[in-house]
Amino acid sequence: MTAEAQTPPVEAPEIPEIPEIPEIPEIDVMGERDFGFWLYLMSDAIIFSLLFATYVVMIPGTDGGPTAQDVFDLPRAFAETVLLLTSSFTFGMASVAVLSGNKTHVVLWLAVTAVLGLGFIGLELSEFTSMIAAGAGPDRSGFLSAFFALVGTHGLHVTAGLVWILVTIIQLSRKELTPLMRSRIYRLGLFWHFLDIVWIGIFSVVYLPGVMGEAF
Amino acid sequence: MAQDMQAQHHTPEEMRRSYLFGYALAIILTMIPFGVVAFGLVSKPAAIFIIAGTAIFQVFVHLRFFLHMKPGLMPRENFMAIGFAAVLILIMIGGTLWIMLDLHYRMMI
Repeated sequence: MTAEAQTPPVEAPEIPEIPEIPEIPEIDVMGERDFGFWLYLMSDAIIFSLLFATYVVMIPGTDGGPTAQDVFDLPRAFAETVLLLTSSFTFGMASVAVLSGNKTHVVLWLAVTAVLGLGFIGLELSEFTSMIAAGAGPDRSGFLSAFFALVGTHGLHVTAGLVWILVTIIQLSRKELTPLMRSRIYRLGLFWHFLDIVWIGIFSVVYLPGVMGEAF
Repeated sequence: MAQDMQAQHHTPEEMRRSYLFGYALAIILTMIPFGVVAFGLVSKPAAIFIIAGTAIFQVFVHLRFFLHMKPGLMPRENFMAIGFAAVLILIMIGGTLWIMLDLHYRMMI
């Protein structure tokens, strides 16, 4: 039976058209996924840009409550910035390890990235809880609603990224650095670097002008 | 298929240098605006100008050295997508601020 089953492939090479057909799977599947993910990032960028626009419009809407100058803490914003920027760099080191095929280093650098990201989220949560405890929660004024919407959405993205990094580390403990895993890590990297770019906007639009007061 | 991923066009050493260089530049471009604000080095309008300038510069540093956006390394479609997104963002942010600040002006004065 098995011998019979193996005969048909022998006939295949005699048709000269056949080599044309396997071209179809040659379509760059990973490239298409990368491009699809890139499109998602662009639409995410549009969401963030609208949250930025809303925030800037809402800056004067403090309703007699706390202003940006009252609630923002520059050293903490700086620490968050350094943590996120460094985590973007350590993710880059993970990408380098992917390229040289060193799985242990990939896992190690991803773990470092996750720890830095966790530190960022920890600082942000402590900022949010202390603001809410001080009566500067999202329900206090339009300004604070817009602030929590913008910075909270970014924080949610970073949290999702952290979950994704953990899932990737678990997957790497079971799989090798296959082309599929490399492509997944590449897309995770796009996401993580993108979040750091959004953060540039947050510290430049929210925190730095905020602590100077009446900036706009 | 995987060979077409843009990252594969670099050697690991080139990639490492790209990330290190980008990280150093980004740190400097972060220190400048934070330093200006923390120590009150310049007037407010000048500080805003410096913050905006270093932020835009830093976004390009990230795109180039972390996301490796370089013609030939990244497919052209990605550039078209980011260009389209940039136009949308400019129209929406610009339009929002124009309309809303004009409205504030008319309502409050």
